[in-house]
Amino acid sequence: MDFRRSGNGAAMLSGLLMSDQEDFEEPEIETLPLDAWHRRKGARMVAFAGYHMPIQFEGIVAEHNWTRNQAGLFDVSHMGQLMVTGDKAAEELEKLLPGAIASLKPGKVRYSLLVDEDGGIRDDLMVTNATPWIEGDEEQGTEGHWGEPAYYLVVNGATKWDDIGHLREHLDDAVTLTHMDDQALVALQGPNAATALNRVMRNVIDDMVFMESVTHDFGEWPLRITRSGYTGEDGFEISVPAEFAEALADRLCAEIEVRPIGLGARDSLRLEAGLPLYGHDITTETDPVSADLGFALTRKRREEGGWMGHEKVMKVLADGPAQKRVGLAIEGRMPAREGALIYSGDKQVGRVTSGGFSPTLERPIAMGYVDTALAEEGTDLEVEVRNKRLPAKVAKLPFVPHRYHRGK
Amino acid sequence: MARYFTDEHEWIDVEGDTATVGITDYAQGQLGDIVFVELPDVGTVIDKGKDAAVVESVKAASDVYAPISGEVVETNGALEDDPALVNTSPEEDGWFFKMTIGDKSQFEGLMDETAYKSFCDGL
Repeated sequence: MDFRRSGNGAAMLSGLLMSDQEDFEEPEIETLPLDAWHRRKGARMVAFAGYHMPIQFEGIVAEHNWTRNQAGLFDVSHMGQLMVTGDKAAEELEKLLPGAIASLKPGKVRYSLLVDEDGGIRDDLMVTNATPWIEGDEEQGTEGHWGEPAYYLVVNGATKWDDIGHLREHLDDAVTLTHMDDQALVALQGPNAATALNRVMRNVIDDMVFMESVTHDFGEWPLRITRSGYTGEDGFEISVPAEFAEALADRLCAEIEVRPIGLGARDSLRLEAGLPLYGHDITTETDPVSADLGFALTRKRREEGGWMGHEKVMKVLADGPAQKRVGLAIEGRMPAREGALIYSGDKQVGRVTSGGFSPTLERPIAMGYVDTALAEEGTDLEVEVRNKRLPAKVAKLPFVPHRYHRGK
Repeated sequence: MARYFTDEHEWIDVEGDTATVGITDYAQGQLGDIVFVELPDVGTVIDKGKDAAVVESVKAASDVYAPISGEVVETNGALEDDPALVNTSPEEDGWFFKMTIGDKSQFEGLMDETAYKSFCDGL
């Protein structure tokens, strides 16, 4: 047999399979701080975004279900962690991001996009207002105050070098851009993530809700803990100096609820959660409106503009997009993968951008773009897989409800 | 009954004029959780080296090529309800299809179990 690759996340799978490495260009595959740790835990490693990464440990379905029921620890150290600092950091970032950054309060996190001049999506990212609070000193007679404005960005691994170039090119020289490449990043995700983390470090996350971030010195480990993730579950992303990453991973995995999870399950979890994967569901060929990411365009900033691609994106918003990103529930058991064509009758009306088998729902699900007139939930379509037409219905995203901890 | 193995990780059981074809334990281990198997229709004449079946795991689709030429005479209906049989019993209950054997010389060059095992050890 041929361990052919098809479907989204193809590069992720090269370890399950045997041959080529079409999705990455870097000739040298680098190792990340948790490399040896993964191998000790029995991971099957693959090259992804230029790094050796764990695709799976005990198996994708088992890991997927464990994360939905307990808590999974994911290594996402391939992602780019950037810090943008300076008095003008917020207003400079607002030239490149369509979201409100200046009004983002310290400790708050926002999902945003890097949009290019044509309105295409260069990357999607998380931005945190990481401005530090400087304690006052009674003896010196100083009062507590906010320090230099700082914004912590987490960008995709495969795009981070381009992002850094893009940011450096367009941000004012008075703004400092730091690539925090000596930091590892792990994500603890699942309904029991908070329980487990609370047992490891007490009272740190008690008051946190989804899309909030704190710094915490856990002994000598300076951590940044953000309540966010890419699975649809409650959970945390923890930035840790590379030298302490193994100890932190061990500490978290010592909790009965926590097991290491590979990239394979990360992809099936995010697909069920309806979250787009950069390079597949969103690219420079797609714009925020067609991608159904309008929530990342803050109302005030839509009106005022001043961000790259504003005019183009507003035109799509005004005219309505030709196509829209939708979920597809596929009948039967045969999955439809990235690239599968979508039909309404004889007419091709779209294309699948990610697809696979949902372990939670035990049936195939997909995401793709279809003509806007056919993007209505419940619309009957067909997806072509190996010359067969599979009945598919436009489905509400997420496929599996989010369970974020929003408090109250 | 003789069992042969291919370097494409298929096994072939030969009984009289009929061959039963499946994928090896090594192959299922590489693929991971199998969620769907697309089998050829009974009556299909397949040529050695051409697409015969498709195995879908959670993340990817993989082709299974016909290890020999012949006509498909039976497919494993149990895989329709329980494709995970390929994971749990790849070299027995998880068989894919039975086919006629056009020409017995086709088995020349295939591996026996010992040869296949050392082939996998070298991967």
